Amino acid sequence: MVNTAVKLCGIELDNPVIPASGTFGYGHEFAKIYDINCLGAFSIKGTTREPRFGNPAPRIADAPAGMLNSVGLQNPGVEAVAARELPELAKVYHKKVLANVCGFSVDEYVEVAARLDREDIVGWLELNVSCPNVHGGGMGFGTTCEGAATVTREVKRAVKKPVIVKLTPNVTDIAAIARACEEAGADGLSLINTVLAMRIDPAARKPVLANVTGGLSGSAVFPLALRCVYQVYEAVDIPIIGMGGVSSARGVIEMMLAGAEAVGVGAANLTNPFAAKEIIEALPAEMRKYGIENLADIIGGAHNG
Amino acid sequence: MKKGVFTLIENTELVPGMHRLTFSGDGSGIVPGQFAEVSVPGYFLRRPFSVAGFDEGSLTLAVRVRGEGTAALCAMEPGARLDILTCLGNGFDLSLAGKRPLLIGGGSGVGVLMPLCRALTEAGAEVSAALGFGSAAESFCVNDFVALGATTAVYTADGSLGRRGLVTEALRDFEYSSVYACGAVPMLQIIDREAAAPAQFSLEARMGCGFGACMGCTVETVNGPKRVCKDGPVFGRGELVW
Repeated sequence: MVNTAVKLCGIELDNPVIPASGTFGYGHEFAKIYDINCLGAFSIKGTTREPRFGNPAPRIADAPAGMLNSVGLQNPGVEAVAARELPELAKVYHKKVLANVCGFSVDEYVEVAARLDREDIVGWLELNVSCPNVHGGGMGFGTTCEGAATVTREVKRAVKKPVIVKLTPNVTDIAAIARACEEAGADGLSLINTVLAMRIDPAARKPVLANVTGGLSGSAVFPLALRCVYQVYEAVDIPIIGMGGVSSARGVIEMMLAGAEAVGVGAANLTNPFAAKEIIEALPAEMRKYGIENLADIIGGAHNG
Repeated sequence: MKKGVFTLIENTELVPGMHRLTFSGDGSGIVPGQFAEVSVPGYFLRRPFSVAGFDEGSLTLAVRVRGEGTAALCAMEPGARLDILTCLGNGFDLSLAGKRPLLIGGGSGVGVLMPLCRALTEAGAEVSAALGFGSAAESFCVNDFVALGATTAVYTADGSLGRRGLVTEALRDFEYSSVYACGAVPMLQIIDREAAAPAQFSLEARMGCGFGACMGCTVETVNGPKRVCKDGPVFGRGELVW
């Protein structure tokens, strides 16, 4: 018998697999095709204070081994999430979710986080300071140590639940931002958000996405994400949710060896709606293949000393 | 939503750039107006296509070559095995049809109306089909509608087949109790504005997942943002903010 259980900021997960924010909606579409209680946890769609339509279409583009999105945080606003989406979810899902919080000001992060902190189903608050598709918010806070630290510090003052800060890879030194979040009181980090990217339609001689740029995700970013997790693990002592292009049980194990305590699965859910379930089911055999009995034992195992 | 492996048994180029792909596999449970998403080997995202026919052992898709992924799919030989999601989207509401439904299709929008035509005919309705193309050389599937028993009229921009003019002229040429339409947005806008009966519109969209998770294909409606893939692709009259 292998043991897939891990702990994330004091909450035990049956396994480390966490569908990433923006690829799993509020769980409803997936709950219709499999029992989503098999998940370790999952992260809900990024939530802001007001309802948002997001960016104009087209906001999706294909890429070699990946995809671009410039959705831009479409969501019904925090009150609708608390009043409608989370109670609906609680009917079919009996574990905790990460509440992904986004804002256009520090006050908005604080307000949205404080509101979702009151919901029983929320186990962790995931601060999205790394969305590349909104202007004047999102990644604007996550590309400087000061910005990331300010959001972290102010939200920590306002909430009781663990605060996990989601970092962008679109910076020179992700480890420095990670340290700044840790010093500001973050309980954990999740990384990476998508990589700023674009595609051009040669016939139209124009960018494919109406927003010009979007975030690249999928298999193409896996080695880059793994490198970020490895570097951040060396820089901080708080837990990391590793994500970016994970599409297999082997990818989960690589992320954990790099230093992740839990592992996000994102774009893979969009190309195969059963991806998260299939990865969880494949984990025990993959662990046996590499002689792993307790999955939690391998966290950071690729680091020397 | 259902996920299955299908085997390509026939790949017919109906007119340049427009293919009819017929697969063997589980085509059960589909409602007319629903779509399918094909995973094309070598491409990351699935591609969404109209379902032009289905039964318990087969699935037929209408595929327009638009880019590299669709070109790769349309170059495939019989025997190819493909991972396909079926039963996606809401489908047409047949209860609106009445005695004399009018189906209006423009270009590649014609395909999705075929299973609807079959279902309405089988239900005893007197179906009229108005099919619009640029020219005779671009027309396809006309005889399929005739064979299904629909009173069929073709409209071409250059008059090389059927009547010259826009397919929306059908709103004046036919008597109808309802309209079901799929085609270019300007065509749908005219129908939304001018139809003298209940109408439904099937939209096309660039999609990410195709089943409601990624919010990639959202459109604005009078009832707020809606996902074409999940809340649509069929929308009702007055619902869309064009």
